[in-house]
Amino acid sequence: MILDSKIPAGPLAEKWTKHKFNSKLVNPANKRKYDVIVVGTGLAGASAAASLAELGYNVKAFCFQDSPRRAHSIAAQGGINAAKNYQNDGDSIFRLFYDTIKGGDYRAREANVYRLAEVSVKIIDQCVAQGVPFAREYGGLLANRSFGGAQVSRTFYARGQTGQQLLLGAYSALSRQVANGKVKLYPRTEMMDVVVIDGQARGIVTRNLITGAVETHAAHAVLLCTGGYGNVFFLSTNAMGSNVTAAWRAHKRGAYFANPCFTQIHPTCIPVSGDHQSKLTLMSESLRNDGRVWVPATQEIAEKLRKGQIKANDIKEEDRDYFLERKYPSFGNLVPRDVASRNAKYVCDEGRGVNETGEAVFLDFRDAIKRDGRNIIEQKYGNLFDMYKQITGEDPYEVPMMIYPAVHYTMGGLWVDYNLMTTVPGLYALGEANFSDHGANRLGASALMQGLADGYFVIPYTIGDYLAQIPPKKVDENHPEFAKAKEEVQNRIQTILSINGTKTVDYFHKKLGKIMWDKCGMARTEVGLKEAKAEIKALKKEFWSNVKVLGTNEELNQTLEKAHRVADFLELGELMVDDALNRNESCGGHFREEYQTPDGEALRDDENFAYVAAWKYMGEGQEEELNKESLVFENVKLTQRSYK
Amino acid sequence: MKLTLKIWRQKNASDKGGFATYPVDHVSKDMSFLEMLDVLNDQLTEKGEDPVHFDHDCREGICGMCSLYINGKPHGPLQTTTCQLHMRSFNDGETITIEPWRAKAFPVVKDLVVNRSAFDRIIQAGGYVSVNTGGVPDANEIPIPKTIADLAMDAAQCIGCGACVAACKNASAMLFTSAKISQLALLPQGQVERKTRAEKMVAQMDAEGFGACTNTGACEAECPKGISITNIARMNREYFSAVVSSENV
Amino acid sequence: MSWVTKTLKSTLGRKLIMALTGLFLILFLTGHVSGNLLLFKGDGGEAFNIYAKFMTTNPAVKILSYLTYISVIGHIIYSILLAQHNRAARPVGYAESKASTNSTWSSRNMGVLGTIILIFLVVHLQGFWAKMHWGQIPMVSYDGEEYKNLFLIVSEAFKQEWLVALYVIAMGFLGFHLSHGFASAFQTLGLNHKKYSPAIKALGQLYCIVVPALFASMPLYIYFTAN
Repeated sequence: MILDSKIPAGPLAEKWTKHKFNSKLVNPANKRKYDVIVVGTGLAGASAAASLAELGYNVKAFCFQDSPRRAHSIAAQGGINAAKNYQNDGDSIFRLFYDTIKGGDYRAREANVYRLAEVSVKIIDQCVAQGVPFAREYGGLLANRSFGGAQVSRTFYARGQTGQQLLLGAYSALSRQVANGKVKLYPRTEMMDVVVIDGQARGIVTRNLITGAVETHAAHAVLLCTGGYGNVFFLSTNAMGSNVTAAWRAHKRGAYFANPCFTQIHPTCIPVSGDHQSKLTLMSESLRNDGRVWVPATQEIAEKLRKGQIKANDIKEEDRDYFLERKYPSFGNLVPRDVASRNAKYVCDEGRGVNETGEAVFLDFRDAIKRDGRNIIEQKYGNLFDMYKQITGEDPYEVPMMIYPAVHYTMGGLWVDYNLMTTVPGLYALGEANFSDHGANRLGASALMQGLADGYFVIPYTIGDYLAQIPPKKVDENHPEFAKAKEEVQNRIQTILSINGTKTVDYFHKKLGKIMWDKCGMARTEVGLKEAKAEIKALKKEFWSNVKVLGTNEELNQTLEKAHRVADFLELGELMVDDALNRNESCGGHFREEYQTPDGEALRDDENFAYVAAWKYMGEGQEEELNKESLVFENVKLTQRSYK
Repeated sequence: MKLTLKIWRQKNASDKGGFATYPVDHVSKDMSFLEMLDVLNDQLTEKGEDPVHFDHDCREGICGMCSLYINGKPHGPLQTTTCQLHMRSFNDGETITIEPWRAKAFPVVKDLVVNRSAFDRIIQAGGYVSVNTGGVPDANEIPIPKTIADLAMDAAQCIGCGACVAACKNASAMLFTSAKISQLALLPQGQVERKTRAEKMVAQMDAEGFGACTNTGACEAECPKGISITNIARMNREYFSAVVSSENV
Repeated sequence: MSWVTKTLKSTLGRKLIMALTGLFLILFLTGHVSGNLLLFKGDGGEAFNIYAKFMTTNPAVKILSYLTYISVIGHIIYSILLAQHNRAARPVGYAESKASTNSTWSSRNMGVLGTIILIFLVVHLQGFWAKMHWGQIPMVSYDGEEYKNLFLIVSEAFKQEWLVALYVIAMGFLGFHLSHGFASAFQTLGLNHKKYSPAIKALGQLYCIVVPALFASMPLYIYFTAN
């Protein structure tokens, strides 16, 4: 199939405006005749559900958590970018577009990224109008901070809880529509499958997590706003429940999966402390504004440090290697995430890691506290420092923080066209669940921007274009495809419950995570990836013959929920490895050791790999088919990213 | 560390439920409380016993999904969420009692899992500014004094975990409700619906069956986000002035 | 349902009644304790008896006294309503609770304290107030005018150790009740301010010690001066 990205013709800055005008509209009186399903209630889902309900569509919103407000968008700390140029420091829509495209290592679509930058300014207006308490200056106007990968201050924030405040804003808009009767809410409900009839998405199959009831829901369009798949690594900064199931089921029903190997490793997370670890905690990237990253200059000093013979504060200035500042004098500690992460890995691989496991570097606030005073630092990062202390038992005002990269975000996701529609008509993917805007690496404070852009300002226009072309007749839930999909889900549940093996679900998840981290993580090699593929295949086989899931379907059964998710991660893991193997270049978060510049930077191959790899599911046990969408760059010149 | 866990087990909403005692071994001080329960659940699964169900998701103290009444206190001995509580706060050999949140408005779903959708309904009653997407003024059009924005943010930090209800001797949801009413009453954006909001949210809070406030301050002392009971005073003010002056009969 | 009844049925409305009646009773206590200080005058009760007559006959005071009765009754009724509501809000309690780590004992036991104070009140009213209004009290005359000699009744009563003890203990409970109730009433009314709340709290703490202590000192003074 030829992938049609449906990018409108014309100059970059006019594409979106023209496209909106050219899109068909649904008559206001007809909108109430269309049903839309929104799966997931994070930034993308809640904003989409609320906005579509405001327009008059009937919306059903689903989430697996007990309340829409729990979606993992809530955990985003640092901020949200917008090209407001309130700081008069040279920002513009084009600059935000340019930074994002460049930050993504030229593996994103120009038109999508430009639209993202364009609507970014409206997001801030919308959120302020909802009562989101962004940080302000004493004069009462909005405050900004700078973030990795940018040389302007364009990040809006609400202390270290920007994601929370934005999500609660979207949640409040959603709640208002629930009260108005335009949105019906289904909490503690997991999407188990998409129902496709005559090639069009017409509904979903869900499982009620309390009663176990498997149900079907029909609609004229289905929106997947289900986030990323970072939990394939077991340890990540994602929430425990974050999963790929919805996206993966859609993939198996015909939606192409794009760039699955593009995963973001975030540089500033609290290091792993032991085998019991269930998740990793992120410390906002904004900390890099004031914290300085360093390790001891020599292995010997690092060794003493690890053995506890010396303390970090005892190490003299000349024995410290501020490696980011040294290697990247112009961006310093504010280099993009992939660069910061990789360099942390390098110094640790050199034996200069600073904690017991040897996998940690320092993030030091000593100088910032000396310069600005403890008060200022406390105001900026107080809650992050508290959180760090809570988890590690150490006080970052006194001793430097220890950080290490961890899986944080997935740039890959369901392939979507300019309208955010997947390759299955009527099936859309928004936010982190799609692949569209971040290329091979996402810049800080861009995830919130994209989630809300998709939900508030893109889908309300593009969905109309699709719905206007299909009759407003109620979708018939008695169509045999609904019964068939439902039965398949029930069978799968019974299969999992009947295996009754000896290993827990977490056993498989942890094993998969280790394979992925070691071989498809921060650095990848052809040999390692091939090993990984074989190992995952074997693990998958073992899972389906030896997993132990107790209890029944007809109750709250958290192990059963997890088993479904892990089963899908096992399949996705294999595809990620395939994708990483296929991409014989290094770009952004995808770093193939075979392809690097002499000084260890990612070496892109624009001639052969300036494309989106969109994978088509070919059936159980079959290799997936690669489809390429060429990336055309008309407005930016592809250069070797340099943050020196 | 070795611990004894006394945990509330209840098959479903209609089951009577009761305590079960489990020994748990190989607990490290660096584990979070929930990771310790993961260890227990692994042990139970291996023995073929139903694992203990508890709510949790982000495990970084912000989603508000985790609950648990640990040794007589919501979220345990520290003023934080259960997921951010670490085993270094306990002693080797200790017996730890774990109960679900107890309130009529938070019925038990299973074991330690409770239904907190009452909170959603309180927000649905008016915890929003009625603006549709698009057509809003520029974000910098209305300056908001930093002190006011900060106060609003203090209130807006609520994670909706329900520890306030769990801690309150009356199972009152005043802290939760007042945090949202306060946030929007403080900001200029919330002024238009200020009175109606206060009236409706309080009415919904009562309808859900939460208790009244005795101003003991337990909610504030246990709130993992340190939401202040000055918000409750503000809510009272908002409510009383609303009922006497609004046009809602 | 009219907006008034709806408001008074709400948890906040009920709390409003508790706060307003409570504050009025605090005002009453202030007046009561000030007047009763005349017991210490050492004039054989003359000032006290004149004051007592004024308090039972002055029309303005009459109105205030009716307000006091209403406040007492309202405070009691609404406390019962709230207690019922609050009990229903948690049908299943906790097996283990460390409430002492997050709140004061008196704040959690206002109902218990109030009940004890109510029992005391019955004894107190029956002993003095009922006698003053309807009982047989010996008369005394100052400057040719007749007064009921309430001072005599009081002096006689507080020669009994058990009654003195009862009063002193009851004032202890009153002190605890006020230690929470004073500031709590302001909080309920929404009168909370960064600048003034600390002063209100301090005043409450002072009040809950001084007023009950003054009340308690009266029977003690009489008991020790009489014996």
